[in-house]
Amino acid sequence: MYQTHLTIVLAPLVASAIAGLFGRQIGRTAAHLLTIGAVALSCVLSFRVLQHVGLGGAAENYTVYTWAVADGLRMEVGFLIDRLSAMMMFVVTFVSLMVHIYTIGYMRDDPGYQRFFSYISLFTFAMLMLVMSNNFLQLFFGWEAVGLVSYLLIGFWYKKPTAIFANLKAFLVNRVGDFGFLLGIAGVVAFTGSLDYAYVFASAPSLANETIAVWGDTPWHALTVICVLLFIGAMGKSAQAPLHVWLPDSMEGPTPISALIHAATMVTAGIFMVARMSPLFELAPGALEFILVIGAITAFFMGLLGVIQNDIKRVVAYSTLSQLGYMTVALGASAYAAGVFHLMTHAFFKALLFLAAGSVIIAMHHEQDIRKMGGLRKYMPITYVTSLIGTLALIGFPFTSGFFSKDVLIEAVAEAGHLRHAWPYTVAYWSVLTGVFVTSLYSFRMFFLVFHGKPRMDEHTREHLKESPWVVTLPLVLLAIPSALIGYVTIQPMLFGYFFDGSIMPHPDTDPLLLLGNHWHGPVAFVLHALQGPAVWLALAGAVTAWFVWLKRPSIAESFATRLSAVRRVLENKYYADDLWIKGMAGGGRLLGKGLWKLGDQTLIDGALVNGSARLVAASSRVIRKVQAGYLYFYAFAMVIGLTLLLGWLLYGAQ
Amino acid sequence: MTTKNLLSLLIWLPVVAGFAALLIGDGGDRTSARAKAMRWFSLLASLLIAAFSLPLLLQFDKSTAAMQFVERLPWITRFNAEYYLGVDGLSAPLILLTTFITPLVLISAWEVIKDRSAQYFAAFLILEGLMIGVFCALDAMLFYVFWEAMLVPMFLIIGVWGGQRRIYATIKFFLYTFLGSVFMLVSLIYLYTRTGSYDLLEFHKVPIDATAQTLIFLSFVAAFAVKVPMWPVHTWLPDAHVEAPTGGSVVLAAVMLKMGGYGFVRLALPITPDASGSLAWLLIALSLIAVVYIGLVALVQSDMKKLIAYSSIAHMGFVTLGFFLFWGILESTGDTNGVALGITGAMVQMISHGLISGAMFLCVGVMYDRVHSRNIGDYGGVVNTMPWFGAFMVLFAMSNAGLPGTSGFVGEFMVILASFKANFWIALLAATTLILGASYTLWMVKRVLFGEVANDKVAALQDLNAREFLMLTVLAVGVLLLGVWPQPLVEMMQPSVDALVDHIGRSKL
Repeated sequence: MYQTHLTIVLAPLVASAIAGLFGRQIGRTAAHLLTIGAVALSCVLSFRVLQHVGLGGAAENYTVYTWAVADGLRMEVGFLIDRLSAMMMFVVTFVSLMVHIYTIGYMRDDPGYQRFFSYISLFTFAMLMLVMSNNFLQLFFGWEAVGLVSYLLIGFWYKKPTAIFANLKAFLVNRVGDFGFLLGIAGVVAFTGSLDYAYVFASAPSLANETIAVWGDTPWHALTVICVLLFIGAMGKSAQAPLHVWLPDSMEGPTPISALIHAATMVTAGIFMVARMSPLFELAPGALEFILVIGAITAFFMGLLGVIQNDIKRVVAYSTLSQLGYMTVALGASAYAAGVFHLMTHAFFKALLFLAAGSVIIAMHHEQDIRKMGGLRKYMPITYVTSLIGTLALIGFPFTSGFFSKDVLIEAVAEAGHLRHAWPYTVAYWSVLTGVFVTSLYSFRMFFLVFHGKPRMDEHTREHLKESPWVVTLPLVLLAIPSALIGYVTIQPMLFGYFFDGSIMPHPDTDPLLLLGNHWHGPVAFVLHALQGPAVWLALAGAVTAWFVWLKRPSIAESFATRLSAVRRVLENKYYADDLWIKGMAGGGRLLGKGLWKLGDQTLIDGALVNGSARLVAASSRVIRKVQAGYLYFYAFAMVIGLTLLLGWLLYGAQ
Repeated sequence: MTTKNLLSLLIWLPVVAGFAALLIGDGGDRTSARAKAMRWFSLLASLLIAAFSLPLLLQFDKSTAAMQFVERLPWITRFNAEYYLGVDGLSAPLILLTTFITPLVLISAWEVIKDRSAQYFAAFLILEGLMIGVFCALDAMLFYVFWEAMLVPMFLIIGVWGGQRRIYATIKFFLYTFLGSVFMLVSLIYLYTRTGSYDLLEFHKVPIDATAQTLIFLSFVAAFAVKVPMWPVHTWLPDAHVEAPTGGSVVLAAVMLKMGGYGFVRLALPITPDASGSLAWLLIALSLIAVVYIGLVALVQSDMKKLIAYSSIAHMGFVTLGFFLFWGILESTGDTNGVALGITGAMVQMISHGLISGAMFLCVGVMYDRVHSRNIGDYGGVVNTMPWFGAFMVLFAMSNAGLPGTSGFVGEFMVILASFKANFWIALLAATTLILGASYTLWMVKRVLFGEVANDKVAALQDLNAREFLMLTVLAVGVLLLGVWPQPLVEMMQPSVDALVDHIGRSKL
C-alpha cells in the first residue's frame, strides 16, 4: 500500500505546485482540471484504503524517510494508516473534492482563480500529512502547514483590509495554541525520548508517576502537564474559548474555504489529535476535566452568539464553534469515538451548510446580511432542500446523521458523569443539553430568515435571483446524502463495534461508550429511546421558538432586544474576548516592546553605557589628542597599555 | 583535483581574486566594458570558490570528530605559531555557508552599486577569504589575525557604501567588536604561556584552575557575545545593518554573526568547560532575554532593516541557548541525554539563520533599490505590483517565523526540545518565539505586501528581474531543502558535536 499512500499525499501537492507556479501559462481550465483530478484520485484511493482497513485489513505503520537523527532522537516522516486515519483521509479528500468542484462556480469571475485552486490543493496535502502521521514531528508539520494555508486563504483577497487583519489574527492566535502544543511535544520527548506514537503510547503507563517541577517545590503530575499543553494546541486549532476569536473573523476568506478549512477539516484537527493521543489523555484525568470545562464553555456560549449574528456566514461560523465545543466535551468525557463520530457527521453537514450559504451569497450578489434576504425557497429549490437537510442534521433531528452523533455524545457525557462523579461532568452535561435548544434556535432563525417569509432584498437583486449552476448544486446534493444517512449506517460499527479498536484506546473502567453499548439495540431502537429523552424535544422547541419569534411575530424579537439590552450588549461585543486579545495582548506587547526599546536599548544601553563611555574616552583623550593625531591612534595606544596591564595581572594572578 | 591544500585554496583564492578585481577596476564607470569584465570575473571567481568548497560536503568523513583537510606549516617559529588549518563538523558547514552566500551577494550588487564597484566586489571577495580563514584556523594566533583582519573589509563596506549615518555606525561597529576581541587576545596569550604553543587543540587539553578559567571564559564572552550579538552588547548591530549596503547586511547577518557562535564551540566551551558550567545560567539568561526582550523590541520597529536586525538577535538567542544547556540537563535528569540535541539545533540554527536573514535583507534590498526607503510606512500593497516578489517574501517570512518544512524550524525545534529537559521555564520562554517571531515578521509582511496599493511609488513598482529572481530562488531552494531534509547537515555535525559534549563533560581543573 506504500505507493497508494504516497500517491494520496503527493498528488494534491504536485497539482498545487503546478497550478501555483505555472497558473498563468496553463490557464484556468487546466488549473482546475488538474487539481480536481489530483484530489479525486486521492479521494478514490483513500476510499480504497478505508475499505481495506475497515474490512479487517491490518493497520500499517512505517517510516517514509528519516528527517534527521540527532543525539539518538529519530525524527522521521512516516505514516500510520489505521481506521482512524483512514476515516479522516476519506472525509478530508471527499469534502475537499466537493469544495474543488464548487469553486469552479463560486470563484468563476475571480482573477486569482488558479492561485485559489493551488491553495486548496496545498491544503489537502497538508491536512493529509497531519492525519496520516505516525509521529509528533510530522503532526506538527501538518498542523502548522494547514495553519499556513489557512492564513493564505483567509487573506486571499489581499486588498481587503478586514481580510488581511483576519488572517494575521488567525495565524497569531493559532501560534498561541502552537506555543503550548510544541511545549507539549517537548515534554513528550523529555519523558519518553521519542517522537514516535507507538513508542510513546507504549511507554505512557510507565510515566504515570513521573512528576515535573513547574512551580516552586510542588511536583506536578507530568502527564497532566503534557496533556494540558498538547490540548492548548487543540484549543488554538479547534478554536476553543478563549482562543476562539480567530474563527469568526476567518469568514473574511472566500466561502469554499470556510466550508473546507474552517468547518469540516482543519478546525477538527485538534479533536482528531486528542483522539489520537487517547492513550496519553486517559492517564491524565486532570487534563480531561480541563478539556470538559473548556468544551462546555465553548459549546454553550458560542452557540448563544450565533443567535444574534446577522451575517449568514457568521451564524454558521458560531455554530461551528459551538459544535467543536461538543466534540471537545466528548473527548473530555473519554468518549473519544463519539467526538470523532460527531467530527465526521459535522464535516458533511457543516460543509453542506457553508456551501449552501455560499450558493445564497452568489444569488444575492454577495450580500451576506440575512435581514435583507427572505423567501428564497421559491427561487433556489435545490439550495433550499439541501439547506433544510443540513439544518435538520445540525439540530439533531431523528434519523439524520447529526441526530446519532449528538445524541450519543450527550448520553456519553451523562454516563461519564455517573462513572466519575465530578462537577465538570455535570457542567458539561447541562451545557451540551441546553445547547441543543440554542443550536436549533439559531439554525432555524437563519433558515427562516433566508428561505421563508417575505423577500426583503431590493428590487434589482430580486429580479436576478436564480438557482446556482450545477457545479455549485452538485456538491450540495452529494453532501446532503451523507448528511442525512451516514449516521444511521455507521453508528453501530464506529461506536459500538470494533472499528476504532487499536486506534482509540479509552480505559475500559471509565469508558462511557462501553456502558452505552450494553444498552445498544440498533439505530431504530436508539431513535425510539431518544424520543423519551429531553434532547429531541429541546431541538423541536428551538425550531418552534425560532418560527414563532422571527417568522410569526417579529415584534417579539425586537421587544426582547430592548428589554435585555445589557445581555445584548455583552453578546454583541462577543463577551469582550476580542478586546482582551487585541487591546490587551497585542496592544500590551507593542507597548512593552516600545518601552524596552526606548528605555532599555536607547536610553540605558546606548545612551548611558555606549555613548557615555565614548564621551568619557573623548574627554580624557582631549589631553592626549594634543600630542596624538586622532581617534584610532588613541585607541591603539590605550589598547597596548591596557593589554600589558591585563596580561601582567593575569600572569601573576594565575601563578 | 587534489584536496591536499584545499583549505588554503579556499582562503587565498578569494583574496587573490579580490586584488585582481581591484586591478581590473571599473574604469570609473559602472557601465563600462571594464566594469562589466570585473563583475563577471568576480562572480566567476566566487562560483569557482563555491565549487572548490564542495569537497567539504562530498569528501567529508562523517564518521569522525577529528580534524580533516589538515594543513600544518611553521609560521612564526619564534612564538611557535603555526599555519595550522583543519575543519570538522562544526566548521565545515559554516564554510559552505560562506561560499554559498558570497556569489549571491555579488549578484545582488550587479547593477546596484554605482560608485567604486570594483572596490566593492573586491572587498566582498577578500572578506570571504578572511572569514573562511577564521573557520579553518586551528592556531590561535592565525585565528586572531583572521578574526581582526575580517573587520577591515566590513568596516570599509559600511563606511564607504553605507547610508547617511555610516560613520557613526562604523565606529560603533568597530569599537564594539574590537574591544571585545582584545580581551580574547589576552586570554590566547595567557594560554600560550601555559602550553608553549598556539595550537587550539592543545588549548582544549590544558588543565586550568577555576579563577583563570573564569577570567578566560569572561574574556571569550566579551569577544563572542559582541559578535553574536547577545543582549546587552547588541546595539551596534541595528545601526550597522541600517547603514550598511544590502550586500554588507547580508554578509554581516549571514556569516559574521556566526563567528560569535563558532567562537563559543571552538574556544569557550572546550577550553573553559568548568567556567562555562558555573556561568551557564548567565548565558542562558542572556539568551532568553534575547528571545523575549528583543522579540518585543522587533515588534515596534518601523524600519525594515532594523526589524530584521532585531529579529536576527532574537534568533541568535537560540544559538547561545542551545550551547549552554549541558549543565541544566545534567542537573535535572542526571545524564547528558539531550545536550547534543541542543548543540546540534544551535548549529543548524546558525546555518538556517544565514540563509533566512540573508534572504530577508536581499528582499529589503530589492524594495530599497526601487523606492529608496526602508520605512514600512512608505509601502503597502506591494504584492499588487510585485506578485513574484511577494511570494518569495512570504516564504522567507514564514521561515523566519519558524514554520516547519522550512529551515527556520529545524534548529529552534531541537533547541526547544532540549531545553525542556533542562527546565520547563527555559523551554517556555524560548517557545515564546513562536508567537513573537510570527508577530513581528508577519505584521511587517501585512503592512508592506498586503492591502491596496499605498502610493504612486508602489504603483510604479516592477516585479523581480531575472537577476533578482535567480538569487531569491537559490535561497528559497536552500531554505526549503534544509527544512524538508536536514539530515545531511545534521549527520555531518554529529560526531563533532558528540565529541564536544564528551569533552565539556570532563573537568579541566
